[in-house]
Amino acid sequence: MTALVDPGSITVPDLGPLSRRNYLNAGYSVRSWLLTTDHKRIALLYLMSITFFFMLGGAAATLLRLDLMTPQADLVQTETFNKLFTAHGVIMVFFFLIPSIPAVLGNFLVPLMVGARDLAFPRLNLLSWYVYMIGGLFTLYALLAGGVDTGWTFYAPYSSTYSNTYVMATAVGIFITGFSSILTGLNFIVTIHKMRAPGLTWFRLPLFIWSIYATSIIMVLGTPVLAITLLLVGLERMLGIGIFDPRLGGDPILFQHLFWFYSHPAVYIMILPSMGVVSEIIPCYCRKRPFGYAFIGFSSFAIAVFSFLVWGHHLFVSGQSIYAGMVFSMLSYMVAIPSAVKVFNWTASLHKGSISFDTPMLYALGFVGLFTMGGLTGLFVAALAVDVHVHDTYFIVSHFHYIMVGGAVMGYLGGIHFWWPKMTGRLYPEGWARLSAILIFVGFNLTFFPQYILGYLGMPRRYHVYPPEFQVLNVMSSAGASILGLGYFFPLTYLIWSLYYGKRASSNPWRATGLEWQTPSPPPTENFVQTPVVLDEAYDYKRMDGQLAEGGAA
Amino acid sequence: MSGETQAPALSPLAHQFDDLTQQNEADDLGMWLFLCTELMFFGGMFLAYTIYRTRDEATFAAASAKLELLWGTVNTVVLLTSSLTMALAVHAAEVRQRRKLIMLLLGTMVLGTAFLSIKFMEYYHKYVHELMPLAGLPFKWDGTSPGHAEMFFDLYFAMTGIHALHMIIGLGIMLVLLVKATRGGLLGDFSGPVRVTGLYWHFVDMVWVFLFPLLYLIGAR
Repeated sequence: MTALVDPGSITVPDLGPLSRRNYLNAGYSVRSWLLTTDHKRIALLYLMSITFFFMLGGAAATLLRLDLMTPQADLVQTETFNKLFTAHGVIMVFFFLIPSIPAVLGNFLVPLMVGARDLAFPRLNLLSWYVYMIGGLFTLYALLAGGVDTGWTFYAPYSSTYSNTYVMATAVGIFITGFSSILTGLNFIVTIHKMRAPGLTWFRLPLFIWSIYATSIIMVLGTPVLAITLLLVGLERMLGIGIFDPRLGGDPILFQHLFWFYSHPAVYIMILPSMGVVSEIIPCYCRKRPFGYAFIGFSSFAIAVFSFLVWGHHLFVSGQSIYAGMVFSMLSYMVAIPSAVKVFNWTASLHKGSISFDTPMLYALGFVGLFTMGGLTGLFVAALAVDVHVHDTYFIVSHFHYIMVGGAVMGYLGGIHFWWPKMTGRLYPEGWARLSAILIFVGFNLTFFPQYILGYLGMPRRYHVYPPEFQVLNVMSSAGASILGLGYFFPLTYLIWSLYYGKRASSNPWRATGLEWQTPSPPPTENFVQTPVVLDEAYDYKRMDGQLAEGGAA
Repeated sequence: MSGETQAPALSPLAHQFDDLTQQNEADDLGMWLFLCTELMFFGGMFLAYTIYRTRDEATFAAASAKLELLWGTVNTVVLLTSSLTMALAVHAAEVRQRRKLIMLLLGTMVLGTAFLSIKFMEYYHKYVHELMPLAGLPFKWDGTSPGHAEMFFDLYFAMTGIHALHMIIGLGIMLVLLVKATRGGLLGDFSGPVRVTGLYWHFVDMVWVFLFPLLYLIGAR
């Protein structure tokens, strides 16, 4: 029944994909989209939803940067400013970054990469999108009704007792959305364990699957802790249950412990999938097996494990015991080891590779550089004494934007470009795509590098007004943000354009290995015409290029 | 088997799986992972309880003495018995005994409902004795540190309340199973849903096994 399809073998160029049946033309009704259980369609539903939230969060950031052009409060009032940075944080973290790569690329690619017809629980997958949207609607309601001013961190007792804004609706929104991430993670773990194609052993899996697996573990174990934390804040606001209420002997610091027990690992929910994407892109564009496959794979797990042991570094100045602080400081340093293993392995993979600077590769290389910057400044703030100096300043803001934007978003965009032909059957315009990748890199650095300096000089985060001597650096940052905004605007335009006018893609336009490239673009609803059987290790680019040279096909 | 699009609508084998073994294994693993998330979910409250208890053990013990040990014990017996009937229901489904499955599911639901009824009766007694510090209701405490005593009852209501919510969800799922069983489903190879519901139900019982000593027993008697 099953044919031997070897990942190293060359596939027949398959032109005119729209003439045959695929997952996109399998049905055109609204119902066929809203009630679909096809993981590929659900991925596109997520793609549209998170793009919407990305624009919303971006709009809030735009207003913030505009307002910070001048030292005084010119554009918005202080209360509005507080609501804007809260909206930016809440939307970007919970409604864009956390679902970004797992829910879009992960949903689309996990079954394709493991050679399955769908995820293990397709209806649960659809449910996760609805849960996400319901949570999003609650949050949108909170924003439209008047906003929240607690910051995305919801620190008690301000959030549980004092704030007079729409904390409840936002907390309910995030609580609900958390379940979508739990369901997604659960689905991935079961799929990766139980539904791999014949011959696809763990050490033949693409590295993207390894990092999605590590991400899913964090989602499954971390998110419920955030859920109970927000539920307790909600019960405190609604029923007066005072778990974090100092009046009853409750401890607001406990909130911070519980919150960061999830929210620090959440940073790795954002960055690990991007690392997986980069681990796919770099081998393809240097035509080599990645250096140290097993090290890259296991370092994902190491990061997932360490991620649960470092939350206390957010509490260095919160009155936490100094000994706890020292332990957390040391554990935070340890995260640098698996992270550095990855960076060194990617760099070593480039050595003697046949490198081409196509768009996904530009994003991947940008990721490596920016992630290194973000990671190294992470070591600064993991040091107790330095953290006392830079805590709650723009240094922190810049540090985590280097990870979450310079890292996670670069990886996301690289992945979207890399798999765009597979998702849509169309190629994007390479020139525009390269231009916007470079714009994003330049704009990003101009936006956030000045913030390192601002923070080191002592400008606190979340402040509406600042001393006039900080204006030059703030104007630089705002100017960078406008370039960054332009850079994000381009892909939004040309990717939509390419849906109609882009060149049709063959099944494997990048000559990449991996099962997802063995099936036509866009894939049929059942993913593979014949269940693939894997006979060899992943990333055998040497053999693939050898066969290309022999066959003369490209 | 490739090229197939959809398994027939009534077939219990979902289209993404190759065979029932794969489907059953996936269902089991999925439920175990879900129980891991539940463990972390309850873990947050157990952590809060542990921290606040160590800060003022005397007041927590005094507050704990106000709970009704008799009804707590009865409820423990009721719930553990419901776990037994659930385990027998799983077995009945596996060996294709439809009548027995239906009876045992019904028995589990009756016991679960009995647990909830006793629990809500206890809540009512707390309300009458002004020991329910929720939503601005009066809270009367004669001993020292009324704040810490209030914290104990806050934790009591939050933990048992969320536990009760899980039981209500479990009873809802069993109602669905009951309907399916009366229609002749869920037997033999297709007993997966009964099995994973059983896992869930035992987990909810296990939570109570920890709640009962923490809230009713230690320190107070």
